[in-house]
Amino acid sequence: MTNIEGLKKISSQVRRDIVRMVTDAKSGHPGGSMSSADFMTALYFNVMEHNPSTWTRNGKGQDVFVLSAGHLTPVYYSVLSRCGYFPVSELATFRRFGTRLQGHPSIDKGLPGIFQTSGSLGQGLSAAAGFAIGKKMDKDDKTVYVMMGDGECEEGQIWEAAMFAAHHRLDNLIGIIDWNGQQIDGKVDEVGGLGDLEAKWKAFGWTVFSCDGHDFAQILEAFAKAKEEKGKDRPVMILMKSDMGHGVDFMAGTHKWHGKAPSQEQCAEALSQIEETLGDY
Amino acid sequence: MKQYTNSGNKDTRSGFGAGLLEAGQKNPEIVALTADLAGSLKMDAFAEAFPERFIQCGIAEANMIGAAAGLAISGKIPFAGSFAEFVTGRVYDQIRQEVAYGHANVKVCASHAGITLGEDGATHQTMEDIALMRALPGMVVINPCDYNQTKAATIAAAEYEGPVYLRFGRPGVPNFTPADQKFEIGKAVMLNEGTDVTLFATGHLVWEALQACQLLENEGISAEVINIATIKPLDEEAVVASVRKTGAAVCAEEHNITGGLGELVSGTLARRHPAPVEFVCGGDKFGQSGTPSELMKAYGLDAEHIAEAAKLAISRK
Repeated sequence: MTNIEGLKKISSQVRRDIVRMVTDAKSGHPGGSMSSADFMTALYFNVMEHNPSTWTRNGKGQDVFVLSAGHLTPVYYSVLSRCGYFPVSELATFRRFGTRLQGHPSIDKGLPGIFQTSGSLGQGLSAAAGFAIGKKMDKDDKTVYVMMGDGECEEGQIWEAAMFAAHHRLDNLIGIIDWNGQQIDGKVDEVGGLGDLEAKWKAFGWTVFSCDGHDFAQILEAFAKAKEEKGKDRPVMILMKSDMGHGVDFMAGTHKWHGKAPSQEQCAEALSQIEETLGDY
Repeated sequence: MKQYTNSGNKDTRSGFGAGLLEAGQKNPEIVALTADLAGSLKMDAFAEAFPERFIQCGIAEANMIGAAAGLAISGKIPFAGSFAEFVTGRVYDQIRQEVAYGHANVKVCASHAGITLGEDGATHQTMEDIALMRALPGMVVINPCDYNQTKAATIAAAEYEGPVYLRFGRPGVPNFTPADQKFEIGKAVMLNEGTDVTLFATGHLVWEALQACQLLENEGISAEVINIATIKPLDEEAVVASVRKTGAAVCAEEHNITGGLGELVSGTLARRHPAPVEFVCGGDKFGQSGTPSELMKAYGLDAEHIAEAAKLAISRK
């Protein structure tokens, strides 16, 4: 279990990986990857009970994670490789022909750590809920985590799944929303009109926590509180308030870097703002 | 011709319900999900026997497919059921992403398929579902012909590792296949050997094809009848071997002309043994309200139309 100082170092390296992967691939989604880099790092290096060396897709006896916002593969692959699911050097193959690191998560290529395909938005919460029921049937007391974007909550299936998880009392399901307020076409408030996200999840029968998604002390506290809810018959949602593109000044706070690759010059400028802590791949 | 006896009309959905119960008794990993249609899909017996393995999803089919995928990943064998239209067209993307591309061991169970759903009308009568499911890489597509075969196919689907689309219907239809006949996925079933024309039929049209065979025999025409219960993977060897012998074919199905059995068999023959093929199907049309038998007749899905199509195919040799 990595402490806050260690998590900061890892998330800095994860952000470098994100910028380099997307630049090299000339495509991908850096904005949401950088807004979720801190709590994704906290999740895999501190919160989840998992063992990369004995990973199997059925996740029996381990905590599992479903990335519903499937376009956030840069942060996902970086974190998975940095905690040992596959060699860090493989990040150089991101989005290239024949790679296990497909543009969106794939089962086809057999990449360790990936439980389910995603990319068509709004579907991961349903799969996570099914997974959570499977764990309850097996009397497996581990937890299912799932991450969505806030814009993704415009999908109707999210709310089908929200009702379903509450109805089936899935207190072994912890949702995370990367609440960065941006989506491809602009601000979430202007594009989709989500309204009061916290009130919506509460109204759907979930226990809701929110925190600063770039403050590790708050992130760990929110996860700790979420875990304490087990046994109370309700699923938990953590709203992680975040900035799209966090960590690089010219990428932060705008939807413009949702799905755009930096040029070589922009990459160099970005990397000058992010410390190399664990060694680039 | 070989004679078949109808042991009494039964709906194929009840065959599914009986098969699901038996599969559930054999294997504790089997779970069932429905979107508020447990009764219509005859899943009640399973739900009563295994309440802890039955998951009511409410009227939310998209979530049901996703939840089934999650259950499959965790090691369960989920049977997720609704009406054929709502468990294919409505959730095509969910099945594509979560089940087919996701290699999840989910059985998509579709009742009330085809025009014989009857009085509800075209909104509920899908004749496009086989095309949709066939187009998905790795998806097995099964469309059994009667109660006994649907029960056996459900048990076979449970034993098969991988995504399956299992299609069945609402009306009572003749039950004539042997109750103890094991269902082999990917194997066509020879019902009657003949020499002049092959009648390939699937689902409710299989019984009609047998009646057509009798009509043809009365006119001195020898028809071979083959039940294509597994549409994907198609038993290509059986198809080609039969048409090599007869030189002409009719394909009969309760489905749109696009993407159904007719196109599938024709494509196979075009590659391997070109021969005239006639289509008995729903054409390129939506259905409408009516009794099943009225609709079958109106849309040309009966023994008389199959027999006429057979004579046309033979004339084109």
